[in-house]
Amino acid sequence: MGGPMKIRASVKDGVTEVKVLMQHEMETGLRKDEAGKPVPVWIITEVTARHKDRVVLAAQFGAAVSKNPYLVFHFKGAVKGDKVSVTWVDNRGDSRSDEAEIS
Amino acid sequence: MAARVDRQRRQVLQQGSGIALAGLLAALGLSRPARAEWQKSAFEAKTIDEALAALGVTPPETSAAILLMVPEIAENGAVVPVTVSSSLARVEQISILVDKNPNVLAAHFVLPEGTDGFITARVKMGQTATVIALVKADGKFYRVGREVKVTAGGCGG
Repeated sequence: MGGPMKIRASVKDGVTEVKVLMQHEMETGLRKDEAGKPVPVWIITEVTARHKDRVVLAAQFGAAVSKNPYLVFHFKGAVKGDKVSVTWVDNRGDSRSDEAEIS
Repeated sequence: MAARVDRQRRQVLQQGSGIALAGLLAALGLSRPARAEWQKSAFEAKTIDEALAALGVTPPETSAAILLMVPEIAENGAVVPVTVSSSLARVEQISILVDKNPNVLAAHFVLPEGTDGFITARVKMGQTATVIALVKADGKFYRVGREVKVTAGGCGG
């Protein structure tokens, strides 16, 4: 399991802004190590954000998303005190879920 | 258990002609957009045209209603901030592509109703290239591109 995400969510005028910082190597599979051997691809492929049980963002990542992926998105329909959860899955089948309260 | 079934289904989709089958399923409304399956063929595309075909995109129009914010010069190609925002009504999807990367599609976002047409992410760029934002709004596709000069690549060893 990967390290914890940092999630910040705040609501203003009915729009909730969510900022997510994930911890992941996002290894492209195109690099070679010091011995000249290819480093296998290791990337987050899917990210899903939910407000309660409703999906508010479904993302797919390729190898060109930077290491420790950072996302910002905006959605409507939440109030202060609600929870937002984010789940990622990587190409090795590892996954991680975290949640934050909307301030 | 459900995850395993999903993975098998994904493999089947990939083994069968992924593009055609996924396109067919999408056309029939069988694939739910909110549960996005990783689109292998699109993420492995080497050119913009291939990626657009794999994503099932009809030829996109350029639109002044899409704002693509990228730095003019990126000192570090490994971390290039990209913000896409659109005033178009009902934005359903946003994709970020880099035309000179080995795999051009960087990220693909499905935005359910109630989520604004706005995304910030960070991408890697191997060299100076054009970042392209592809937006699907109300069933139509739009694109906008901007060049980013990269002084140190993000994909090398």
